[in-house]
Amino acid sequence: MDFLNAIVALLNFVIIPASAYGAQLALGALGVTLIYGILRFSNFAHGDTMAFGTAITILVTWGLQALGVSISPLPTALLALPFGILATAALVLGTDRAVYRFYRKKKSDPIILVMASVGVMFMMNGITRFVIGVRDIQFDDGVRFVINAREFRAATGLAEGLALRSTQVITLVTAVLVVWALFWFLGRTRTGKSMRAFSDNEDLALLSGINPERVVAVTWIIAAALATIAGTLFGLDKSFKAFNYFQLLLPIFAAAIVGGLGNPLGAIAGGFVIAFSEVAVTFDFRKVVAYLVPGDWTPDGPIQLLSTEYKFAVSFTILIIVLLFRPTGIFRGKST
Amino acid sequence: MTLNYRNIALFAGMALLLVLEGASAKNAIFSGSWDTSLGILNVGLISAVLALGVNIQWGYAGLFNAGVVGFVAIGGLAPVLVAMPANPGAFSAGGIGLAAAFAAAVATVWLAILVNRRASLQVRLIAVPLILIGGFLLYRALFGPATTAIEAVNTAAAGNLGGLGLPVVLAWPVGAVFAAGAAWVVGKTALGLRSDYLAIATLGIGEIIVSVLRNEEWLARGVLNVNGIPRPWPVPREIDLQSSADFVARAASLGLDPVSASTLTVKLLYSALFLIVLLVLIWLTQKALSSPWGRMMRAIRDNETAAAAMGKNITRRHLQVFILGSAVCGLAGAMMITLDGQMTPGSYNPLRYTFLIWVMVIVGGSGNNFGSVLGAMLIWYLYTKAESWGPQLMAFVTSGMADGSAIKAHLLASAEQMRLLTMGLILLLVLRFSPRGLIPEK
Repeated sequence: MDFLNAIVALLNFVIIPASAYGAQLALGALGVTLIYGILRFSNFAHGDTMAFGTAITILVTWGLQALGVSISPLPTALLALPFGILATAALVLGTDRAVYRFYRKKKSDPIILVMASVGVMFMMNGITRFVIGVRDIQFDDGVRFVINAREFRAATGLAEGLALRSTQVITLVTAVLVVWALFWFLGRTRTGKSMRAFSDNEDLALLSGINPERVVAVTWIIAAALATIAGTLFGLDKSFKAFNYFQLLLPIFAAAIVGGLGNPLGAIAGGFVIAFSEVAVTFDFRKVVAYLVPGDWTPDGPIQLLSTEYKFAVSFTILIIVLLFRPTGIFRGKST
Repeated sequence: MTLNYRNIALFAGMALLLVLEGASAKNAIFSGSWDTSLGILNVGLISAVLALGVNIQWGYAGLFNAGVVGFVAIGGLAPVLVAMPANPGAFSAGGIGLAAAFAAAVATVWLAILVNRRASLQVRLIAVPLILIGGFLLYRALFGPATTAIEAVNTAAAGNLGGLGLPVVLAWPVGAVFAAGAAWVVGKTALGLRSDYLAIATLGIGEIIVSVLRNEEWLARGVLNVNGIPRPWPVPREIDLQSSADFVARAASLGLDPVSASTLTVKLLYSALFLIVLLVLIWLTQKALSSPWGRMMRAIRDNETAAAAMGKNITRRHLQVFILGSAVCGLAGAMMITLDGQMTPGSYNPLRYTFLIWVMVIVGGSGNNFGSVLGAMLIWYLYTKAESWGPQLMAFVTSGMADGSAIKAHLLASAEQMRLLTMGLILLLVLRFSPRGLIPEK
């Protein structure tokens, strides 16, 4: 019984939240890694692209709610998502036109593009704040729980409750669908194949008649879609606050680098590696240990490697370790 | 550098803006207060030091530091540790435990590196993680009780280790050394790889240093803030000036009331102090730029392959220049805390301390020290003034709309957010249309 309790506690506090968070990071990292693969720079504005997409989604959600449209038990935000994606795609395509294309044509150093993306980050951050403000916004209006902790306790007779929030399930299901669609697109369609060819060898791709501007445009649209979906899922799961999305930048970059920049499969693996490490390192295992060892063996203090304030240190440490020992990432991305 | 009338005119224009800010009557553009003007000047001077540091990294070597805020913050720790009075009893309560914890941490890393170098692959794969995890647990076991003990000493007023009680000016070079140490750790790992990696790694270290300062109460009281950091040597306290009969008489002869005279005196003295530091730094950096070392750095920046072929060790040089630049940022951080007289970790915001500094360097002219200084003064001036200009502009824009309309209220409320938008726009415009900045590199 105690063993089961320990497993339930672990599921409840580590495995389920980390899986949802990992899926959100993976989607974010996929966007970063795609941009990196095709446009060859680290997009610092990605966090704020996520924030912008989410902000638009929230606005449309409010509009739909005002109209009385609902897809209960699912949150209305899912219905608003396509609008958010459209607006974000329009924004990043416009940004590409106005900002990045100039440096691409000039074949500028990647670091100049990184810097331009910092400027874009500022502007998007400003636009997001302008559109929706700086408040903390909860916009999840669906059914809150798939499994309720109290009912779980009553049904199983265990001391430990298991809560499975619907946003977590939605996150995982959406992430699986999106990743499946993305890989199908990259692997099976003509455009997807030309994107991969462009990423592998730009000159060769150009020689074989691939239109680079089209590849770039498609990449931006996909990145915008991924960013909006990741941002909305993150916002549904936690809450929306513009600054939090800026702070997501570090774990997302860490995930993309751990998996190997430019490697989509790696980005997904990296997202889960970062999320699980972050949650496991900052989780207090005291409760779990208490179930597993005889009563008086349980230590008094928390059994926690790092306090939750230092969750960024976890992604950073993993990043440093990867840079030290395997700078190309687990799945051999680009390093030069 | 030969005399260049355009540059002199630019600096004169900047000075004129500050003078107008102080001397003109209060109107829509200028506040008409010398107090505000000198306040902008002081932070502008510190920003200029900071911009010089970033310019050393970006302008000389093309290194993108996205975590300037962290180096500023760690530099800001120095005044607390050097100049604050000691917290009696704190060191005996937890000092030894703390020292043991850090010794354990260093020993662990050293042992792990040793095993990683010497042992065979199979042993390494098992032993290194075991050593690291074991060492970390040992560190936590020593660290926890020690910090709890320190935080229990005199909690209400201090609850931290306290400082050495030395003059605060000594803390400035110490801040530079702190930042240099952090830069060494980051540079050692992230340099020599592709250029984006340094940007991402510095972004990380920046956030971590700030969160350490926020959370470690034994160190600098975390979010409880440290107040009353002593003033540097020539700067008196306003209250002492006001109670000095001699000073009050002299203020009266200039037609000033004692309160504003005292704040102006204090601010002027700070300006003088910061100006000395800035001038010394400009002199040093100009010397460095025109020396063989400066030529080598520019050669590396402009063509790494060619420089490497000439026998220059690119990674080592990059590490060197990255550490130097970060040290200057740390110095500026220590100066900033000295000016504020308090340490508030909550105020270290990456947008303000990293990306705004970048805008300063790029607008001023990357690679040119005078450009960075001018950019810092100008952007800081605009950034400060935007706080009052934004709402006024918004009020003007919305003046045609009906009162009480939701759109008008929203626009008025979000005027504050336009600052970010404007900064981003300026950065993008300068990067695109005038990438060499106001005062270009030769």
